[in-house]
Amino acid sequence: MKTMKNIDSYGHVRGESLFVDDVIVRQDTLYGLVFDAPKAHGKIISVDYSEAEKVEGVVKIFTYKDIKGENQIGGILPDEPLWAEDEIHFWGQPIAFIVATSEAIAKKARLLIKIEIDELPVITTAKEAKEKGSFINAPRSFNLGNTTASFEECDYVFEGETFSNGQEHLYLETQGCYAIPQENGNIKLISSTQGPTSVQQITARVLGVPMHKIEIDVTRLGGGFGGKEDQATPWAVMAAVAVQHLKKPVKHILNRHDDLRMTGKRHPYESTFKIGLNKDFKIMAFEAEFLQNSGAAADLSPAIAERTLFHATNSYFVPNVKTKVFSCKTNLPPNTAFRGFGGPQGMFVIESAIAQAADKIGVEKRLIQEANLLSENDEFSYGQIATQVEAKNSWIAAKSKFELEKLEQEVHGFNRENNQFKKGISVMPICFGISFTNTSMNHARALIHIYQDGSVGVSTGAVEMGQSVNTKMLQVAAETLGIHPSKVKLETTNTTRVANTSPSAASSTADLNGKAVLMACNSLIGRLKKVVSKMLSVDISFVSFQNDTVFVENKKSNLLWEDVVAQAMLKRVALSENAHYATPIIHFDKTKEKGHPFAYHVYGTAISTVTVDCLRGTYEIDAVKIVHDFGNSMNIGIDIGQVEGALAQGIGWMTLEEIAYSEDGRLLSNALSTYKVPDVFSGPNTIDVIPLETEGHELAIQKSKAVGEPPLMYGIGTYFAIQNAVKAFNKSYIPKFNSPFTPEKVLMALYQK
Amino acid sequence: MIQFILNNEVVKTSAHVGMTLLDFIRENKQLKGTKIGCREGDCGACTVLVGNLKDAKISYQSITSCISPLGNANGKHIVTVEGINLPEKLNTVQKSMADNYATQCGFCTPGFVVSMTGYAINSVEENSSKSNCTDAISGNICRCTGYKSIEKAATSVTEKLEENNANNKMEWLINEGFVPDYFKTIPEKLKHLVIARREEQMTWQSHSRESKIVANGTDLYVHNADKLSEENVNLIAGDDSLKGISFTDTICTLGANTTVTEMFEHKKLNTIFPKLKAFLKLVSSEQIRNMGTLGGNFVNASPIGDMSIFFLALNSSLSIMDSNGSVRKFPFSDFHQGYKKYDLKNDEVVHSISFLIPDSTTFFNFEKVSKRTHLDIASVNSAMKISISNDIISKIHISLGGVAPIPKYLKKTTQFLVGKSLSVKTIIEAESILQSEISPISDVRGASDYKRLLARQLFFAHFVELFPSNVSFQNLITS
Repeated sequence: MKTMKNIDSYGHVRGESLFVDDVIVRQDTLYGLVFDAPKAHGKIISVDYSEAEKVEGVVKIFTYKDIKGENQIGGILPDEPLWAEDEIHFWGQPIAFIVATSEAIAKKARLLIKIEIDELPVITTAKEAKEKGSFINAPRSFNLGNTTASFEECDYVFEGETFSNGQEHLYLETQGCYAIPQENGNIKLISSTQGPTSVQQITARVLGVPMHKIEIDVTRLGGGFGGKEDQATPWAVMAAVAVQHLKKPVKHILNRHDDLRMTGKRHPYESTFKIGLNKDFKIMAFEAEFLQNSGAAADLSPAIAERTLFHATNSYFVPNVKTKVFSCKTNLPPNTAFRGFGGPQGMFVIESAIAQAADKIGVEKRLIQEANLLSENDEFSYGQIATQVEAKNSWIAAKSKFELEKLEQEVHGFNRENNQFKKGISVMPICFGISFTNTSMNHARALIHIYQDGSVGVSTGAVEMGQSVNTKMLQVAAETLGIHPSKVKLETTNTTRVANTSPSAASSTADLNGKAVLMACNSLIGRLKKVVSKMLSVDISFVSFQNDTVFVENKKSNLLWEDVVAQAMLKRVALSENAHYATPIIHFDKTKEKGHPFAYHVYGTAISTVTVDCLRGTYEIDAVKIVHDFGNSMNIGIDIGQVEGALAQGIGWMTLEEIAYSEDGRLLSNALSTYKVPDVFSGPNTIDVIPLETEGHELAIQKSKAVGEPPLMYGIGTYFAIQNAVKAFNKSYIPKFNSPFTPEKVLMALYQK
Repeated sequence: MIQFILNNEVVKTSAHVGMTLLDFIRENKQLKGTKIGCREGDCGACTVLVGNLKDAKISYQSITSCISPLGNANGKHIVTVEGINLPEKLNTVQKSMADNYATQCGFCTPGFVVSMTGYAINSVEENSSKSNCTDAISGNICRCTGYKSIEKAATSVTEKLEENNANNKMEWLINEGFVPDYFKTIPEKLKHLVIARREEQMTWQSHSRESKIVANGTDLYVHNADKLSEENVNLIAGDDSLKGISFTDTICTLGANTTVTEMFEHKKLNTIFPKLKAFLKLVSSEQIRNMGTLGGNFVNASPIGDMSIFFLALNSSLSIMDSNGSVRKFPFSDFHQGYKKYDLKNDEVVHSISFLIPDSTTFFNFEKVSKRTHLDIASVNSAMKISISNDIISKIHISLGGVAPIPKYLKKTTQFLVGKSLSVKTIIEAESILQSEISPISDVRGASDYKRLLARQLFFAHFVELFPSNVSFQNLITS
């Protein structure tokens, strides 16, 4: 079962898997399109819909005035309207919703809407927001030891600044929802969301109806990456408002340009750091101030800011730490979750600090990294004591298995012999905490039906978005029940079957939902064992299920799974089970900023090598070689796919994906022709992934550790590998920490005087 | 009314010929395997195959259906992912994808499967010049996998294809489970359709002057698909009078409807330009190269149009034809007059472009740097043709894109270089003249400072590439 392929593969490769836009619609379906703000900040003087309303086929144009409940979609903070009322705060902010008999008609109508705006000053950078005191909430700060005193005693102290740009999710499937009226004013929403419950909750709030009137159904997502955790919601809510009024189905699929313009992205961060080291390269003190560009509303920014602090020291032990993050309110679309959730931004800063220290001291960066890796029982700045630490193990394994020193010599040798091409190498360790840092979100449920013919249906709160969580759920169910995988079907994620779910996020979906599946299956098996015990008159402790058959004292009996289920049915034994799992141990006290927020950490080390063409400023990534802590992987093929995919996104974020806004807040990288994500040629020529041999963790499902987000941060290594190649060419280059390292920045750095 | 074969079904439709093929497939035919990713030809999720009958055989090419007008399907075999599905099992490409964990969310997957199946058909049928299966997916974006698993699938497909030594290639593909068996019936079916189509074939002149002229739509449909779905369009891609690559002893002429792929695969052009394939792989993706025409690239008039830059440096002549069929011919460097302004009247089309075939003392190089090496628009691109005798530059033509409102022909720089000896000193001096001729602006493709530096670098690159023994990188950079 550990080699099972993604259970959706068959449908995927045949084009038979259904996404929201593929659902065959009712004949009377209407189509929705958002009219959004054409400026980044201002007061709305007037909006004239009269010409648009005259277009034949336009059914109704909805505005905030049509909302029967609250015009409020904010999750963490109530600071974001569904449709703007009298002010707009970002370019692309929804103002109205055109519903027409076709999308083409709605598009024509949109061009006829006239809006007058009294423009207000626009803030696009976090620094400017901080200067003007424009924040989402109060800053947060983590402290360990005493940095001020420690800096006094350090042999080296360096200060510097960094910038990491945002990142567009570019899920291949854009945001969308199909809303269908049911009887009695109930509404069913087929939504492409990572957070079905949040869509349900916000829809109910905006419509002014109880949550039970709204059903959310999710088959699968064509990619999410965090972009559909919170920001799948508004599009579904808009369609639901229209259904509430019109009593007709409304389909609302964003076209790519609207999606790029209106949705938030990974947060850009402007940060400053101060790092203090001893002669033996021990980092004694580290301070960082992070300015998060949150955009125009809170969205998930406060939680993302928090995770930046959690990962500000990456996989290093630093005895004195002082970190502070400001969520800065600007006039960009509200930035949101993106794989890593603020962690990568935090790690980029300490890696930059170490790179700067290394450059100034004149040593290899990796010597400083190596001298500071976490050990067992070290304390994180948030009070958690590190246990089952794999930082050194993964580092040592990478160093020996990939022959790091030989690789370094090869790079130096190459650079001595070549002028036009220079190579660079870097090592990137990672340490990423697993759990929602908001402790109360760490729970999940599973509902399992054994049908009377022995087939099984599994419902969980997990949303399938390519991470193959459904495959893992199926593995847990089939293994625990001792039946063939073909007997198990994964149902859609539906709020009427599994309620009050946390979003599929934080790399925790398989752990949380998998544990619930395990519990439900164990309960069912317990009942079925009782049935067998009576049927065969054997002690219940001797009974087990394997390969669709009953085993007694580990010997195969003649009793099949189906026989037991049929007997259970006759004996009126419950064949359905609902289980609830909540992660034990974890807690966090925000008033003290201390606790034990993570179930466990994931570790690993990557070695990246690149070749820079110093004539053209272009580069190739030769190889990324990784030792990764999978725990005891339950499906190594799928997990390696997660590592490779996350790495590609991390590399994209660090190299070629460049978000650009004009000074007046308009997105310039507003199409796939101007925003480039990695293609088949731009990734590393070689990716090696070796699993670190570890036992895994009890709180991970089947001891198979969470794998969604952590490997993204291996991509940070690419930045420093390119930087090292540039240094090899241009001795007067002063390292800058300004990602992504595009060919433009590379060429300018190569020839910087 | 147009007629074509969609998978295994003959389609006769009076749907608007300007609507996108993608919308016809998904909406009119409710085939949902072809996905909508970007509607600008930049992601490949909507990839389909177009089969063209040539003699008794069909050659298949991948295209992005989101920017392809429905009317261009007339007389063709259009294959979507549904059309390559076998009844009860996965086809060879699909199986390779599934076995190698090469599908995660599944949204881009049908596009990859179609591109790779197209490659399989081509490589077997025509001993195709395409180097490998990975090139066939140059226009397919996946955001989940990081591509390694897909590359593995591509490798296993390639290995399987190498086993082929059968005479009847299509039969082999069918037997090996690459495509369903209805494929062998298509040539015969298509023959009838094509004959019917020839009878109603019109040239571009027979349309109303008000109609928007569209070749394969790779640029126009990116911005204007909605409008073109409703307005009158004059689809010229099927007009044979604008097609073809021909040669005299000294002159090569390419019809305006020549696609980049037709250049890429042309044997003689590859002899004339030994590095042609490497150059053209920098131009967009395979899907787009299969569609994009030279004429389209010229009238798109982008200051960084790759083919404009290519032909400018060849000192080409452009032929323009009016609705009466009369042709005027003038230097291509005079065509572009200002930003998106060019010398073409309402009743004219670009007919062809021709250039003097380089002799043995003449060398050509093309350079392009963009944020992403493939399927991206250049920050700066450049081409150079140079003739050398006794280390003296006898003739030289250089073009530079992304540094002016038009694709720039470097008149002063080349004038300076003629008659000079080929040396580092000469090149350095010429570079300062080059800088005086250009006026790059800062935009999303780079700041003006960067473009100036890059212009210098690419200018140097021509010499480093063509004359490594005379001009070394080190000497150029340190001088």
